Amino acid sequence: MSTTENHESAGARERGKAPAGERIADWADGRLGIYSLAKSNMRKIFPDHWSFMLGEVCMYSFIIIILTGVYLTLFFHPSMNEVEYHGSYVPLQGQLMSEAFSSTLHISFDVRGGLLIRQIHHWAALIFLAGMFVHMMRVFFTGAFRKPREVNWLFGFLLFVLGMFTGFTGYSLPDDLLSGTGVRFTQGAILSMPIVGTYISMFLFGGEFPGHDFVARFYSIHILLLPGIMLGLMVGHLILVFYHKHTQFAGPGKSNKNVVGMPLLPVYMAKAGGFFFLVFGVIAAIAAVAQINPIWAMGPYRPDQVSTGAQPDWYMGFAEGLIRFMPGWEINLWGHTLVLGVFIPLVLFGVVLAALALYPFIEAWITGDKREHHILDRPRNAPTRTALGVAWVTMYMITLVGGGNDLWATHFHLSINSITWFVRIFFFVGPVIAYIATKRICLGLQRRDKDKVLHGRETGTIKRLPHGEFIEIHEPLSQEQLHTLTAHEQYAPAAIGATVDENGVERKVTGKEKLRAKITEAYFGEDQQIPKPTVEEYKEITSGHGHH
Amino acid sequence: MSSQDIPEENLPAEQDHAHGAVGVADEKNPFADPGLPPHEHRVQDIDERAAKRSERAVAFLFTLSMLATVGFIASYVAIPADKSIFVFPIGHLSALNFALGLTLGTALFTIGAGAVHWARTLMSDVEVADERHPIAASPEVRAKVHADFRQGAKESAMGRRKLIRNTLFGAVALVPLSGVVLLRDLGPLPEDKLRHTLWAKGKLLVNMNTNEPLRPSDVAVGSLTFAKPEGLEEHDEDFQNEIAKAALMIVRLQPDNIKDKRELEWSHEGIVAYSKICTHVGCPISLYEQQTHHVLCPCHQSTFDLSDGARVIFGPAGHALPQLRIGVNDEGYLQALGDFEEPVGPAFWERG
Repeated sequence: MSTTENHESAGARERGKAPAGERIADWADGRLGIYSLAKSNMRKIFPDHWSFMLGEVCMYSFIIIILTGVYLTLFFHPSMNEVEYHGSYVPLQGQLMSEAFSSTLHISFDVRGGLLIRQIHHWAALIFLAGMFVHMMRVFFTGAFRKPREVNWLFGFLLFVLGMFTGFTGYSLPDDLLSGTGVRFTQGAILSMPIVGTYISMFLFGGEFPGHDFVARFYSIHILLLPGIMLGLMVGHLILVFYHKHTQFAGPGKSNKNVVGMPLLPVYMAKAGGFFFLVFGVIAAIAAVAQINPIWAMGPYRPDQVSTGAQPDWYMGFAEGLIRFMPGWEINLWGHTLVLGVFIPLVLFGVVLAALALYPFIEAWITGDKREHHILDRPRNAPTRTALGVAWVTMYMITLVGGGNDLWATHFHLSINSITWFVRIFFFVGPVIAYIATKRICLGLQRRDKDKVLHGRETGTIKRLPHGEFIEIHEPLSQEQLHTLTAHEQYAPAAIGATVDENGVERKVTGKEKLRAKITEAYFGEDQQIPKPTVEEYKEITSGHGHH
Repeated sequence: MSSQDIPEENLPAEQDHAHGAVGVADEKNPFADPGLPPHEHRVQDIDERAAKRSERAVAFLFTLSMLATVGFIASYVAIPADKSIFVFPIGHLSALNFALGLTLGTALFTIGAGAVHWARTLMSDVEVADERHPIAASPEVRAKVHADFRQGAKESAMGRRKLIRNTLFGAVALVPLSGVVLLRDLGPLPEDKLRHTLWAKGKLLVNMNTNEPLRPSDVAVGSLTFAKPEGLEEHDEDFQNEIAKAALMIVRLQPDNIKDKRELEWSHEGIVAYSKICTHVGCPISLYEQQTHHVLCPCHQSTFDLSDGARVIFGPAGHALPQLRIGVNDEGYLQALGDFEEPVGPAFWERG
């Protein structure tokens, strides 16, 4: 190790006497310039809130997936060659199966710890997707996607979508009866695409389904193509989090111009670094006790066999739901078939997700707000956004119910036909109900906040006045609480403005302008939000009249 | 680590004065930001004995992790891979998986728990404020970058020498085509592959389970039999592709229960043969209700009425299951009288 690389500016320090760590750091700085990077980042301030760890769950489970995935590639054979099984799992001995399936059996029964790593890999994938879903909801409902973070929202969105497909290509690899059924479903959906469907199917499977190629092809997509893109996106996502600095909730001392919290070194190094081990530890423990994807119980894939209760992993459940509750519409015209019963769900799958991706841009257009936002909204203070979000989640959850309609039927002794009809109707009605209910709840909570600011906190202490009246004592809020509850901004609906200019010439009002005015009315108009208490109201109530 | 380590200039009061955003509640604005609340000491900050206790707790967790790793290695060596144990309330588990998972989980979790406990109890918990800077560049920087770009663009003469520019665009636009062309051999063209199966006139119906040709007497009323065309064996190179189209489902109905005229015509003594592959997205149909003669696809619950031309009576499938015309040959075995007349499985654009 070089000892001659002492930093010029180290000044008073004696040559060669610096501690080893410092010398290594100096060496690296001379070549990589790490000190200027560390200057702005080593003591970077991160705010604290439980919901900020959801993204960390995703990042850590992704790392766990990569670590365990690399291990699995050491034993897995991505080949569809048919072999006769002679491994240690007795019930399947002598059966024909693909090498992919038999090597997965080998990992599960003959490689010591192989089953554990397989189960950690699969559980971590489920948690990764669930974490991204919840993290995305957190970002959505607190408005953290607003300027300057729209691009990071898109990065996150892409991670979620790519994560779904990485998961799908991953669980298809063992070539077991369940996953093969899922691949068949995908092929059927591809076939439904007008004009190009049969071609894409032939190209993807190297001929007719199932062919001899898809495991090897899915393998390179699953272990190289998609995770490679995702790794890049995740690094970009993190760089932007550092660059933008984290958002924070309103509170005393917190403004749009600062970030209040604790420094990366040491607090978040320990907390976030430790959290990686917590996540890994919990997933390992789950993998120890909770079996997942027991492919040996399902057997190798045969296109003419199936088991009941065939379900994809949860994150594909909504696609499954869409395809299950859609009526079987088919149009036959001029010698061609338009398979609407399958193609519409396929399109809806994209539309439902795209709505999520585009929302930040739609809201930015509606509000016309071009400022940076670093203070998070409490969901109640953005009632329309919150209601739209809950409507989306409701629709998602209803399609999930649809995706498991057979399990609902068997577990709750219901008619599968009624469940399907319920899903068909509530796919449309559910989000509307959810929207209205959520908006009412938000407005109620806003009113309560307003009451608290103006009249103080209800103490629960009942006092009897000399003339016999009972009153509850309200305790005025502290300045911290007053500030926190009144810190949010409220938009006003966009006015169309004068349609006649000073010369009496009529200005043309574009349809876009009118539409925007209408939408802002629905977002911020009367009765769409509770005006926050003003200083005047507060003074009038508190000036000498005591309680109310 | 204690609060004394925080440099003076990072302390809340200093920072907030610099911002000028803070105010004391006054007549003018009772909702003004009072600034960061004063730091509240934890018990570890003021009581060294409590701090020592935390230190020991953290060290204990780290030690536990070391022991768990030793346990992991010991389990790996000692427990045979095929041993199973009963764990209440989970049930029977692979002993090795259980031991490895729990020791690994413990070894990891305790590192995390120790680190978090350390951070929460012993590291400084003084909140500090960092200033944010606008993401967008200042007008001067913006002007400079725009000017630099214009200068660079001008020096390249991209705008002036349009011939270079246009040919470059053309070349760059065309070059990815080679990559697209290379994908052509991913698979064959569809042609009429989806329209034909192995079934042909005279092919015997072979029981999928026994591998024996079926006679009408083998098919009892109320039973569901799966069949494949004779000559198709599991070891065949193309078995999977062929069975994905040719899989057959055979049931026997009372001939007067058959409502569809063509179905009756194509049956033999009430025995009808239908494609087993669902017309929705291709799952094999496997649930048969004897009383109603309905079959249900377990994947997406499309339901077909086998006594009425296998038309769809519920679920997302778009059309009836294709029927195979059958009869008996001279030796009394069930045989196909041709291929399916329409493509089996999911619908597609060219199906018509």
